[in-house]
Amino acid sequence: MSDATTAPAFGTRALNALRVLISPRGAVFLLLAILLVAITALNPNFADPGQFIRFVQRVAPIAIVAIGQYFVIVSGEFDLSVGSVIATQVVLAGNLIGQDESKIVPVTLLMIGVGILIGLINGLVTTLLRVPSFIVTLGMMLALLGIVYYVTGGSASGNPVDSFREIGRGGIRDVPIFGIIPWAVIILAVTLAVAILISKSPYGKTLIAAGDNVTTQRYSGVRVWWVKTSAFVISSLSATIAGILLVGYAGVHPSVGRGYEFIAITAVVLGGVVLGGGRGWVVAAAAGAFTLEALFTLLNFADVPSTWRDTIQGVIIIAAVAYSAVAFRARRKGRAPLASPEQGKASESAPADPAPHTTSMEG
Amino acid sequence: MSTATTRPKRRMRLDSTVIVYIALIVVIIIGAILVNTAGRNFFSLGNIRDILTGMSVLGLVAVGQTLVILTGSLDLSVPYVISLSSLLAAETMRGNPNNIAQGVLLALAFAAIAGLANGLVVTKLKVNGFIATLGVGLIIKGYLDTNYQGSAGSVPAAFQFIGATGLGPVPISTIIMLALATLVFLFLRKTRMGHHIYAVGGSLEVSRLSGLRTARPIIVAHVICSVMAGLAGLLLASRLGVGSPTVGSQGGYDLLSIAAVVLGGTILAGGRGSIWGTIGGVAIFAVLDSVMSAIQFNPFLKDVVRGVVIVAAVAIYTGRGVERRRARFATKEVQR
Repeated sequence: MSDATTAPAFGTRALNALRVLISPRGAVFLLLAILLVAITALNPNFADPGQFIRFVQRVAPIAIVAIGQYFVIVSGEFDLSVGSVIATQVVLAGNLIGQDESKIVPVTLLMIGVGILIGLINGLVTTLLRVPSFIVTLGMMLALLGIVYYVTGGSASGNPVDSFREIGRGGIRDVPIFGIIPWAVIILAVTLAVAILISKSPYGKTLIAAGDNVTTQRYSGVRVWWVKTSAFVISSLSATIAGILLVGYAGVHPSVGRGYEFIAITAVVLGGVVLGGGRGWVVAAAAGAFTLEALFTLLNFADVPSTWRDTIQGVIIIAAVAYSAVAFRARRKGRAPLASPEQGKASESAPADPAPHTTSMEG
Repeated sequence: MSTATTRPKRRMRLDSTVIVYIALIVVIIIGAILVNTAGRNFFSLGNIRDILTGMSVLGLVAVGQTLVILTGSLDLSVPYVISLSSLLAAETMRGNPNNIAQGVLLALAFAAIAGLANGLVVTKLKVNGFIATLGVGLIIKGYLDTNYQGSAGSVPAAFQFIGATGLGPVPISTIIMLALATLVFLFLRKTRMGHHIYAVGGSLEVSRLSGLRTARPIIVAHVICSVMAGLAGLLLASRLGVGSPTVGSQGGYDLLSIAAVVLGGTILAGGRGSIWGTIGGVAIFAVLDSVMSAIQFNPFLKDVVRGVVIVAAVAIYTGRGVERRRARFATKEVQR
């Protein structure tokens, strides 16, 4: 992170690269690489560019939702409403666009407006009314799902015109190596690029700082309420984009998007982003989504019954978070990522003892 | 969080549990009026019985959830613990009254182990409670999906009796739930471990620096929570007559129990809250449900009302300068 002051020799640079790979923020890339190699070993066709781009297309909605969720989580909040935002948008598109192509643009604008509105409500109730975001977004999830099921009666309804579904299904055809570059992949790439820009901007840094310590941010004159609210807006906007993609290949059903909130949170956490905020990297969060989908693909190819998917997902997320918790602790105490926690504890407790009140005054 | 002190005008401070019961009374009054306009009697014995029955399962889960939330964790694995314990009990009993004790013990032992796993992952592996219990829940869900296609086992008539009878308008299941809630209340109020649960949730770091073994209260809270979920599973098995792999997740007991706890005035971050507040929150949900059924409200829109009520209630608690420091800090607790 801050070791680029002097140009290091190749050996130390390689060592640093290795250190990043085994550190929590890099581990997800290592895990992803291992999974991809394993999938290719089981099914060599997977490495075929045409197949691989299909894989990326399949991950795109999850990755986009995970990118949005990243901003909320890194600011120290939760967004449980993304799944039902997706359902809302899918149903909106299905019922309002219909078979009329001229309605695509106005309805898309309406969907974006609805996304912004939901994010604003989530954010303002969380920050101004001081309701925990877990509760706010849970309430939003219940309310949106209730409305969606009320409107649709719980069954598939509406069928948007094919040119709209093309966004999720189609792509640029006749590309030399890949055969087809799906729109979903392009949208994912753009979303990721914008997300990287946002997280590198002063706003992005403020957001992370607000997740780390709200009090210091407030004292430094940051409008925390606005920073956090806009994170919620980003999250529900990305859920809107995912909804538009999902209309393409999942069709219009109120159950589209079910469970996406937990999948997205899992992906973000797999990417080494710390729940509670203040630490994380948006690219790793997106990689978390890829890792999760790669894991499911691997299980599929390995003929593991799909019912065991949940169990394996459960084990993996616990292991990933436990690993990053232990590694972060080791690093903060001993500045050596692999030192045993016990060692770090011994060296740290000595200077902390004379003035224990300095560490406990925070509450 | 201490923003209340910066307010220019000092407002009247109320204990959050008192507010919960004021809210409950308001909900009952509005509900009674609505039900009366629909031409039915809210206070009929049958209706009261329905409300109390509706409280029993969610009440059991929410009482356990309160303990976990007080320590600053939460438990998302309850629906799967409920489902699997209902199945384990029903399969062990196989309709034979002689196997009741065995089935109950097996189900509760499984629940305790699940809770122990949650607690150990949270405390020893330092995994956030959200992820830890989501993970353990997913592990159990995978087992359920793989091994059960539908309802299984059967519960003898003697065991079904528990879910079906009552003393006057009060169902046995609700009495059991309230008795356990009282036990948990006494546990929190009278025992050292109970005080430690509040302390750990208030501040893990301060508790540790005060020489508290911080892992134990968290593990104990998780084990009790899962055992309560196991009891809820047993109760559901006794009502359905069979064990069901989806009974927990269909009820949405994970998020609903958390919502009930928060509706009852317990702070999601831990350290402050009460069992009776939670019971009040569960009662509000049960009354809302019964009123909406009585006036034949669209079932899908029920969720909308629930969502709005949860958020509005919590906004009211945090908006007012609610007295969050409970009296226990002022009394004999200080000696320690």
